[in-house]
Amino acid sequence: MSAPRKLRVATTSLAGCFGCHMSLLDIDERLFDLIERVEFDRSPLTDIKHCGLCDIGLIEGGVCNAENVHVLREFRARCKTLVAVGACAINGGLPAQRNHLDLGDCLRQVYQYRDGVSGAGVPNDPELPLLLDKVHPVHELVRIDYFLPGCPPSGDAIWAFLSDLIAGRTPHLPVGLMHFD
Amino acid sequence: MEVAKTVRKVVARHAGVTTRLLQILIEVQDELSWLPPAALSCIAQALKLPRARVDGVAGFYSLLYRRPVGCYRILFSDNITDRMLGAPALMQALCTALWVERGKVSEDGLVSIDTTSCTGLCDQGPALLVNGLAIGRLDAARIDTIAGLVRGRTPLADWPRELFQIDDNIRRRGPLLDTEVPPGAALAAALKLGREGWLAELRASGLRGRGGAGFATARKWDACRAAPGAEKVVVCNADEGEPGTFKDRVLLTRFADRVFEGMTLAAWTIGARLGLMYLRGEYRHLLRPLHEVLARRRAVGLLGAGILGEAGFDFDIDIHLGAGAYVCGEETALLESLEGKRGTPRIRPPFPVTQGYLGRPTVVNNVETLAAVALIALRGGADYAARGTASSSGTKLLSISGDCAFPGVYEYPFGVTVAEVLADCGARDTHAVQVGGASGVTLAGDEFGRRIGFEDVPSAGAFMVFNRSRDAFDIAHNFVDFFAHESCGFCTPCRIGTVLLKGYMDKLASGYGAKVDLADIEWLERLLKNASHCGLGSSAPNAVVDTLLKFRPAYERRLQSLEFEPAFDLDQALARARQMTGRDDPGAHLETLREDTT
Amino acid sequence: MSGQFLLDGQAVPFDDGQTILEAARAAGHYIPHLCWHPDFPPHGSCKLCIVKVGGRHVSSCALQAADGMEVDSSSAEIRGERRTLLQMLFVEGNHFCPSCEKSGNCELQAQAYEHEMMSARFAYLFPLRPVDASHPDILLDFNRCIFCELCVRASRDVDGKSVFALTNRGIHKHLVVNAESGRLADTDFSVDDLAANICPVGVILKKRSGFKVPIGERKYDAQPISRVSLEDES
Repeated sequence: MSAPRKLRVATTSLAGCFGCHMSLLDIDERLFDLIERVEFDRSPLTDIKHCGLCDIGLIEGGVCNAENVHVLREFRARCKTLVAVGACAINGGLPAQRNHLDLGDCLRQVYQYRDGVSGAGVPNDPELPLLLDKVHPVHELVRIDYFLPGCPPSGDAIWAFLSDLIAGRTPHLPVGLMHFD
Repeated sequence: MEVAKTVRKVVARHAGVTTRLLQILIEVQDELSWLPPAALSCIAQALKLPRARVDGVAGFYSLLYRRPVGCYRILFSDNITDRMLGAPALMQALCTALWVERGKVSEDGLVSIDTTSCTGLCDQGPALLVNGLAIGRLDAARIDTIAGLVRGRTPLADWPRELFQIDDNIRRRGPLLDTEVPPGAALAAALKLGREGWLAELRASGLRGRGGAGFATARKWDACRAAPGAEKVVVCNADEGEPGTFKDRVLLTRFADRVFEGMTLAAWTIGARLGLMYLRGEYRHLLRPLHEVLARRRAVGLLGAGILGEAGFDFDIDIHLGAGAYVCGEETALLESLEGKRGTPRIRPPFPVTQGYLGRPTVVNNVETLAAVALIALRGGADYAARGTASSSGTKLLSISGDCAFPGVYEYPFGVTVAEVLADCGARDTHAVQVGGASGVTLAGDEFGRRIGFEDVPSAGAFMVFNRSRDAFDIAHNFVDFFAHESCGFCTPCRIGTVLLKGYMDKLASGYGAKVDLADIEWLERLLKNASHCGLGSSAPNAVVDTLLKFRPAYERRLQSLEFEPAFDLDQALARARQMTGRDDPGAHLETLREDTT
Repeated sequence: MSGQFLLDGQAVPFDDGQTILEAARAAGHYIPHLCWHPDFPPHGSCKLCIVKVGGRHVSSCALQAADGMEVDSSSAEIRGERRTLLQMLFVEGNHFCPSCEKSGNCELQAQAYEHEMMSARFAYLFPLRPVDASHPDILLDFNRCIFCELCVRASRDVDGKSVFALTNRGIHKHLVVNAESGRLADTDFSVDDLAANICPVGVILKKRSGFKVPIGERKYDAQPISRVSLEDES
């Protein structure tokens, strides 16, 4: 019998801090087991720029700008199973704490009034993605299949979760691995 | 200091009694036009209540203001029937005429304009309240008149009287509306029977509560009579807040004596000395005439000590005003409000018959129930039970409004079919009927053979007709807005669930609906029904449940996607950033519909 | 009256006047709750303790047990409804656990763990709720309030101060303090009040002690609230 097909996995960080990706690396020697069973498509680990057809997509971070929207939509279109990983993807996290502020005030504060930048304008380079007026959790923009909470989810939680997914089991986090912090 | 002086005067008028807190807040606001922070502090001090509690009560009722409002406070009734009669356009016209934005105060502080829940003038809408007083039959000419009066700063007392003219529109009379009951006659008849004999008549009548729940009146009175506690209380629930209902307004206008007689009968039956009527704030125009009726009854010995010469039959009635809170129609919320608190429904049991007003055994009855009681005393239980059906005896008042030629109050024996009612009120091309108000049942055309009665289509009295030009989704959407506005916020499912439900309806209405939203709506409905603390929450999704079942295409045609769609306009979400950066290149925009990324 | 009822098929004895929830606890069975507290009368607002009795949903904290009742507290339906109630609470406020010093000791968060609430499902409301840091010893972060009214009740009924009350209505309901300025510093609130020590979530926080116990070693970090809650009592 031939070995089962490796699952293709894509990962990205939207409005996140890459902490969830760091936590993925925290599965340590289990990375060798993982790489036996999956191959990475678009991901900071591969530097592939666009997502091919994938089995699993892991999204870190919430949606704070237009580029995040494009990337998230690409992931949704190309990944059969899409997972929101970590607090920011699930509820907007730290970036969403600007949601009760006016975006204009935020931009002015950062680019015009802050010490050392006085007089400068808000950057308008078309290369820069425009900010949305609010930061959104990913499930408010596309359909999400599974959620893996934590800030970040621990290596053990990520491993348990991925093991379930790869094995075709509905993911389930036992007590002790389920954390929102 | 004016505020302190006003507060002292009002509090003295109420003898510093804390159960009068809501009345005190209403009267202080009458004088100051709003409730400034200093007024709340003064009231708290005068009543020796924590200030936070006074703030909490003031914040609960939507007709009390803790922010400055205009000298003229204009609130348009926002029931679906008002909307159908053109209320939104009329409100816009008045806003334009007076240079004021909805929900804001004009710059000169002269006027503020907003909407409010159904004011009970659906048969003569669109309607509004100006400083608490009702004006109906609005049209462009009346809006012009009102704008002129406001601009001219004409004192409300000098506004043309005909503006405030409210019609009874009684269209069909049965025994309740057609029988003369001279003041005292029903009482005298009952007294002659003795308590046991009278209760037997009431039992024989089969009368069930007309407020909607349909509890047997005789059983309620029996239970209260048997409950331990000497100081029993009779409460008349005149907080007719169910959208589309206005028959109690007509009873209180035309037959107040009979309602008070019913209360007095209840008092004699259970042994109560205190009677309270809870009158919804929107019916404030009835307050003075009702007090006049009470005064007349006192003058002829039908209230006060030794009523009808019977030693120990001492009873009197006071009237409490509400201030804009639908939930206070729920009897335990009403009791809380009567006690001067926030109108939060209590945990039941215990029920009011054993622990009601201030913990005392209390009978709470609807206006129509009490009016019927007086009729039964006069004509006997068997006569009453001769009409209606086996489990719904007697007659029922329907408040009919919407798409029909003759809106108004109709009295029918229970068991009448919806089709018969539609024919009588001159309804044509009827698409749907909402029976029982926002919390009631939505009936589609194939159900017009169903009968009004507790065993089939129960109704607290509202009967709103919608013709084929109406969209069932808009009806349900209006009711969902209503419940989100009126939720008291006590329990989790209702406080949040009504708002989430409104969010989904708004999403569908603004063209961002997805099929998955319908599943979420159905899940929310179930939770609201199952887990809510009181009937407000559990009936909040009724119209959505019914219309999703019977008018599903009205929802489906609003779907943008069969899968998933965000609830907001993505391109609009970039507008602020575009404005800040001055950018308008293609990268500064987002397609709201899913772009092709395959 | 006393007798026994069936809780998820197991016999539970009860004494006269005991509610379903109390009798269950006394017999070592946990029914989830947030607004219920052993030292206070039932409040019945959070609805997390809903159970099904004879096909009807009831609040087990408020309904007295009766002989022969059949109570369902752990079916997939009831657990699912409780999870949805928790999801509602999470979208209603601003619950950013990673930046909350109550994290790990928070009953709302612990209930979410207990009910495997992986996401809040609905769209977040992101309300604006300014904090009150005026008091020298206490910080009030209203973003996390779930309206259990335990502080209201404790301050009124035990501390005799009525420092807190609820105002407004519906989704706009919020806590106020007993001062015209609206500032906690202008009340007679003290760090030793019961009300300062009863908040199940991260609204009423003692200053300068938030991280004495590190994240990861807190009350509900390793043990589910169903176990911790019953152990607390015994």
